[in-house]
Amino acid sequence: MALDKNQIAQRISQELKHNMYVNLGIGIPTLVANFIPTGIDIEFQSENGVLGMGPFPFEGEEDPDMINAGKQTITTLLGAALFDSSISFAMIRGKHVQLTVLGAMEVSENGDIANWKIPGKMVKGMGGAMDLVASAENIIVAMMHSNRKGESKILKTCTLPITGVNCVKKVVTNLAVLEVTDKGFKLLERAPGVSVEEIKNLTEADLIIEGKIPEMKL
Amino acid sequence: MINKVVNNINQALIGVESNMTFMFGGFGLSGIPENAISKLSKMDLFGLTCISNNAGIDDFGLGLLLKRKQIKKMISSYVGENEEFERQMLSGELKVDLIPQGSLAERCRAGGAGIPAFFTPAGYGTEVAEGKEVREYNGKSHILESALTADFAFVKAWRGDAAGNLIFKGTARNFNPLMAMAGTITVAEVEELVPVGELDPNQIHTPGIFVQRILQGENYEKRIEQRTVRKRE
Repeated sequence: MALDKNQIAQRISQELKHNMYVNLGIGIPTLVANFIPTGIDIEFQSENGVLGMGPFPFEGEEDPDMINAGKQTITTLLGAALFDSSISFAMIRGKHVQLTVLGAMEVSENGDIANWKIPGKMVKGMGGAMDLVASAENIIVAMMHSNRKGESKILKTCTLPITGVNCVKKVVTNLAVLEVTDKGFKLLERAPGVSVEEIKNLTEADLIIEGKIPEMKL
Repeated sequence: MINKVVNNINQALIGVESNMTFMFGGFGLSGIPENAISKLSKMDLFGLTCISNNAGIDDFGLGLLLKRKQIKKMISSYVGENEEFERQMLSGELKVDLIPQGSLAERCRAGGAGIPAFFTPAGYGTEVAEGKEVREYNGKSHILESALTADFAFVKAWRGDAAGNLIFKGTARNFNPLMAMAGTITVAEVEELVPVGELDPNQIHTPGIFVQRILQGENYEKRIEQRTVRKRE
């Protein structure tokens, strides 16, 4: 069975390490915050200027002066800090934020990512995505393996305008966990009940397959 | 102390003209200078270049200026919440310069800090890098981004005093302190204008030297774009 969006987030949560500073993008990445393993402390940064982001507020306690980068109302946790946009991107560009989880429209085998523009159709802007992918030490992409037309989003070369070059380290989709290596995508894990053959058939890029590929543990 | 207080929004906007470049603080609708935007949207000003992280929504924020076609060019990082914006952009009526959010913030900061340009890795290898100088530092490619300044910068703070010192609240700070630095004339509107001496100098976010006019704001709507809540257990 292919994973649903929550299960993709759950699998990515296994990549979180104790005392990490993490930036979560909009969409599936946001869900990762719901699956932090017990005993692991994580501090979430939101690029509009908050470190130590907490859960959504209780009804009636929404504050227009307290939002995340998706413009959703949020709360802060004990020990939180607030700052301006230049300090926020100093944290990002200066590699103080250790892990970035982003959604994508395409990822290529050299680690390029496209997630900001479909020429003539969707031209909303890159927001903070270009700064994030240009600098983060560790970038994990969370996305569906195929687009709505059923075409592979895991490609030899991106076809859409790219957001950053050679930056993605790992991709978690509804079908597989892939590592971006010097030689291309390496298949690390497959979704429960999904065969290597099925993943190969649904992937445009070549896959490096070494030995028996384990199922993801959720 | 130099007194920066102006008594109303009309005084605050003395000197604005068509074809000028304006900066507007705010992220989404959080921390936007509502009083300045409201007044500007009722004036006969056209051909404006506006620098703002976002472009408001159809009926609020910079959407009000867009609706009257007062804006000629927009410099932003994300404009996704505004249909009229998208329509004007795709039809070519509106010129749009989309730039990475961190570069936008730093370009405003640099403009106010007397730094004409800087190298950043953001955007290297993408459309954003077209026509820009590339230089390698520590084995990594960077692109040259230039500073931004404006004829007027409009910012909004939580509290301020007559000296122009500002304190922001929550994530409403965002671009406001950076744009305050980069305006030839910076107009700060505040939720609460307090007597001089009431703000703790240790806690000032924007020192008054960056602010030319300060105004007690009024009738703040402070709209929420995405109201997200959780259930009480």
